[in-house]
Amino acid sequence: MGFLTQTFNGLVGGSFYALLALGLAVIFGMLRVVNFAHGAFYMLGAFGAYVLLAEAGISFWWALLAVPVVLGLLGILLERTLIRRLSALDPLYNFLLTFGLTLMLQDVVKSRYGSQSNPYGAPAGLRGTVDLGLFDFPAYRVFVFGVAVLLCVGVWWLLTRTRVGTVVRAATERPELTRALGIDVGRWIAPVFGFGVALAALAGVLAAPMRAVNPLMGADLIIGVFAVVVIGGLGSVFGSVAAGFGIGLLQAWSEAYGPGLLAQTLIFLVMALVLLFRPAGLFGREELPT
Amino acid sequence: MKKTLAAGAALCVALSGCGGGGPRGGGDSKLTGDKIVLGVLNDQSATYAQLSGKNSVEAVKMAIEDFKAKYGDKAVTKNITVESADHQNKPDVANTRASEMYDRLGVDAILDVPTSSAALKVADVAKAQKKLYFNISGATTDLTGKSCNKYTFHYAYDTAMLANGTGTAATQAGAKNWYIVYPDYAFGQDMEKSFKAAITKGGGTVVASDPTPFPNDNFSTFLLKAPTLNPKPDVLGTMQAGADLVNVVKQYNEFKLRDKGVGLAVGLMFLTDIHSLTPDALAGTTFTDAWYWNFDAENRAWADKFSARTGGQRPTFAHAANYSAAMQYLEAVQAAGTDDADAVVKQLEGKKVNDFFLRNGEFRAADHRVLHDAYLAKVKPGSEVKEPWDYEQIVKTIPAQDAFRAPSADCKL
Repeated sequence: MGFLTQTFNGLVGGSFYALLALGLAVIFGMLRVVNFAHGAFYMLGAFGAYVLLAEAGISFWWALLAVPVVLGLLGILLERTLIRRLSALDPLYNFLLTFGLTLMLQDVVKSRYGSQSNPYGAPAGLRGTVDLGLFDFPAYRVFVFGVAVLLCVGVWWLLTRTRVGTVVRAATERPELTRALGIDVGRWIAPVFGFGVALAALAGVLAAPMRAVNPLMGADLIIGVFAVVVIGGLGSVFGSVAAGFGIGLLQAWSEAYGPGLLAQTLIFLVMALVLLFRPAGLFGREELPT
Repeated sequence: MKKTLAAGAALCVALSGCGGGGPRGGGDSKLTGDKIVLGVLNDQSATYAQLSGKNSVEAVKMAIEDFKAKYGDKAVTKNITVESADHQNKPDVANTRASEMYDRLGVDAILDVPTSSAALKVADVAKAQKKLYFNISGATTDLTGKSCNKYTFHYAYDTAMLANGTGTAATQAGAKNWYIVYPDYAFGQDMEKSFKAAITKGGGTVVASDPTPFPNDNFSTFLLKAPTLNPKPDVLGTMQAGADLVNVVKQYNEFKLRDKGVGLAVGLMFLTDIHSLTPDALAGTTFTDAWYWNFDAENRAWADKFSARTGGQRPTFAHAANYSAAMQYLEAVQAAGTDDADAVVKQLEGKKVNDFFLRNGEFRAADHRVLHDAYLAKVKPGSEVKEPWDYEQIVKTIPAQDAFRAPSADCKL
């Protein structure tokens, strides 16, 4: 029973890795940009929820809807004004740009709200625990898991079953050829970036009731998420999601049953092993020649 | 250039009348540069900025004003200033800034310095430069242990005091079985050791003790594990600090451990932590405080003055201790008539004092631990909070002599 509880707990923990890795993977696939600012958008998502509640009394549920939309639009604006300008250059430039953005966003939030964590509670309906048959679990965490699974399945459906998804996948794999077929690939770049940002923002709103809301919350998490993306395979949507949940599981198991040192280094240990034996990631493919 | 200076200095000694007006009467000429400079070195932008930070600089300014008002024309000097710097919680930055303060800015005494590793580095600088250092926000007992030195005083608290208060007192109050989680770095490991010793001393048992990653935002594994341990722990002792502490407490509440009979004890908590978590999230939590603003009229009077200058924030014990240390230092210079570090240390060593922070205070000569009363506190539930920042109920005053550990054999002054 303890084992089952810990297993489910690992999947819940993996939900955040999966959601963030999913956004990173979608962005990398389409733009070839390693978005270092992803953690900052996650942080902004959590702060968005906090600010809406503290300053306008807007509930968690509305925040869950509004914050990702607003930040997604901000992402589109960012792509149009900054990221696009560097897209012709070495990808390193966009990496540096998003890293710089991260520092700026963190400092802006810090100067306005301080470095201390801000209070934010779970929505009234989800404060208790639910009986999952074999064990009890905090209702809010079950909700988070449900949302994460739903979103991952939803994105998979979008990419494989809709026309937009087909275009995005085609543009990801063969941008030149897709263009030659008369499809305006450029049109889709900004919305895809905005969508990835919105996913990070949503993860941030989901994190607000259960984690410390402070300017550095994203910076601490993003390093682990990058490791997850590398494990899953850069740009592989399925790989990122699978690796996200998988790492969550391994972390919970190793914390519960393994020595302390293993749990702390696990994620990077797995990453090192994957890089050694499958450099393209568990589900990644070697880049196609263009 | 160096040569010219040296030659000039030699000439000065020979003529013995440099620096303008020649020898002056009284004690004023015994101050270097005819002034006193205090240096506040702490975290001004990250995790510990709220609990001490810039408002501690403000507290030191208050001390200077009060000192001047108290002594008026009899003050050893009216030229007292404050320098401050951000050490970003990094030992190397702390090292550089501290050297700069003593060397270039003419700082006579450095105050504050949170983060144990940074605190220890500054102790080395103080020792090398033979200048005073009052550590306030650092927790490590090494400051009065193997890293102790003649010029360093550890002023407000340390891990042994926290463990002594919370570990021993809570165990004696009935929390026999403990489950400890601690962040896996110097501070956390130090806390875990101190708590284990204190709990055993109080007649309790540590059922299990787990290191956690640092920083960490997900403690669910440990929280799920807590009630399944055998024997079931009465209390979860968390040694986390800052944002990690916020994560532990939020998730402790999510997993409803209190309802499952596992109470919460926090190793190190500041008033600002309760503020950001809200008292309801922490209601009933036991911890040890070095000072509380609403303890009595004297504390409150100082807190009112502080709040008027800081936009309504109530002081943490670190703010109060920064004021107190600055004041004690200035008084010692006044009594010694000089800012010569050796003379000031002589004034302070073994001195018994009472101010609003140092209740039954003593500058212990053996290891430079500053002793004072400590307090076992409980967080009030939101319904009992009568005004902003009114979060603590003091359960018990721990007398100064019992609050701290005996001088360590590792310390040789």
